[in-house]
Amino acid sequence: MTSAPSPPRIAFDRVSLEYPGRNGAPPVRVVDDVSYAIRQGEFVSVIGPSGCGKTTMMNMVAGFVRPSAGAVTLDGKSIDGPGPDRGVIFQEYGVFPWLSVRDNIAFGLTLGANRAAAAERDAIVERYMRLMGLADFADAYPKTLSGGMRQRLAIARAYAVRPEFLLMDEPFGALDAQTRSAMQDLLLDVLATERKTVMLITHSVEEAVYLSSRIIVMTARPTRIREIVDVPFGYPRDESLHEAPEFGELRSHIRDLVMQEYAAQARQSQPTT
Amino acid sequence: MRRAALIASPWVVIVLVWYAIAYSGLVNPALIPTPHAVAAQFWEQLVHARLPRDILMSTQRVLLGVVCGITVAVPVGFVLGWYPSIRAFIDPLINFFRALPPIALIPLVVVYFGIGEIAKVVILFYASFFAGVIVMYEGIAQISPIYVRVARTLGATDAELFRKVVVPLAVPHMLTALRVALGVAWATLVASELIAAQQGLGALIQNAASFFQLDIIYVGIICIGLIALAMDLCLRAVGNRLVSWQERIA
Repeated sequence: MTSAPSPPRIAFDRVSLEYPGRNGAPPVRVVDDVSYAIRQGEFVSVIGPSGCGKTTMMNMVAGFVRPSAGAVTLDGKSIDGPGPDRGVIFQEYGVFPWLSVRDNIAFGLTLGANRAAAAERDAIVERYMRLMGLADFADAYPKTLSGGMRQRLAIARAYAVRPEFLLMDEPFGALDAQTRSAMQDLLLDVLATERKTVMLITHSVEEAVYLSSRIIVMTARPTRIREIVDVPFGYPRDESLHEAPEFGELRSHIRDLVMQEYAAQARQSQPTT
Repeated sequence: MRRAALIASPWVVIVLVWYAIAYSGLVNPALIPTPHAVAAQFWEQLVHARLPRDILMSTQRVLLGVVCGITVAVPVGFVLGWYPSIRAFIDPLINFFRALPPIALIPLVVVYFGIGEIAKVVILFYASFFAGVIVMYEGIAQISPIYVRVARTLGATDAELFRKVVVPLAVPHMLTALRVALGVAWATLVASELIAAQQGLGALIQNAASFFQLDIIYVGIICIGLIALAMDLCLRAVGNRLVSWQERIA
């Protein structure tokens, strides 16, 4: 880990989010008074029970939704919409079905916001195709690709516009265990080549501990911060980390916290007599 | 060879059933011309009489009506699909007019547009537009929001979003709208040619009906079916190439 703390880039300052109630019901509070900062170069995982509101927090950083109270800021300025500085990887991939692999990756570079010379564009596309192991499928269409390949394509596409931040919403959730593991290692490799500040939303404690430098454990809805845990392992990491005793301890600790929140959530939905 | 046989077989069956019914005595023979009588009449009409001109006139009207109808339906469909508030406002109107059978409108069309070509094409335009606009706006409204989000996170402006995401996703719906409109237009053709047409397949059928010339009626109907089928097959061939990227169950 770095000796001096790096500057905070993304900040949640007493952020709350409410959805209006339907048919006269009281508003539903999804996020409740959350404050934390993500520093330059960090890999922050946000973990918590299903439906607690962690995706909503990522959506606020991505710019898809605004907080009802408080502010979500990037370098001090409120985030008011999506942009190429914050790449997003979705659980459902979202690769454009009408474009080939090559054209998908090139898509961001054809937009006015990312004007790059044509020659440079081809080089950039080649680079990320290779990095993601898709070079043999350059002219293939997404309908012929497996889930893992589509997600690799989504990552290559996001990387091509050189975002500073990478926001990932359960990106490997739909993949089988082997592919998921391979994708985690691939992600670590790519991050080692090109450092980004990452915010990952995940269900998997294993994944959070393996990938992150810091883990934020959220409560059941309305979500608040339960605990923030620093992950003491350095980078680069490899598979052998899974065997380390400290890894197991940390994993157990986080799992206990998450399980407690799952139980709290279950109690919430039981009718009170 | 086997494939050709497979495609031809339903038609062969139909012709055989036709012969069977004609010779069975179940129906008065005067009411069912035999396939070869219809074929002979087809030849007669083609070579010595009006059929080529009728085919040309009808095809022309259908194409004009459909092209105009779809040209207007596509942009209107885009607007209705993209702006739910506008759609909520206009939807009841569209459904009302779509439900009206074109035949019911003929007297009004004659009053406002006369009995020339314009009147006939107006009816076909009407039918094509309302069939096509619904296909278009439902298609646009069903565009998965994730593609919009992805494009925005890559930095797309509204104009780029439209050109590079919405339009490509709308192409399959434009093709469907075209196919539906073509079908509806051919079905409406006979109604549109009720407006005092001298030439056209609908006119041919009307004329033959008033003289009880059943074989000519059959010729007219089969011609309409064959031309409509040919157009649809062409459209599908073009369409398949444009939407080869789609994941489909059929």
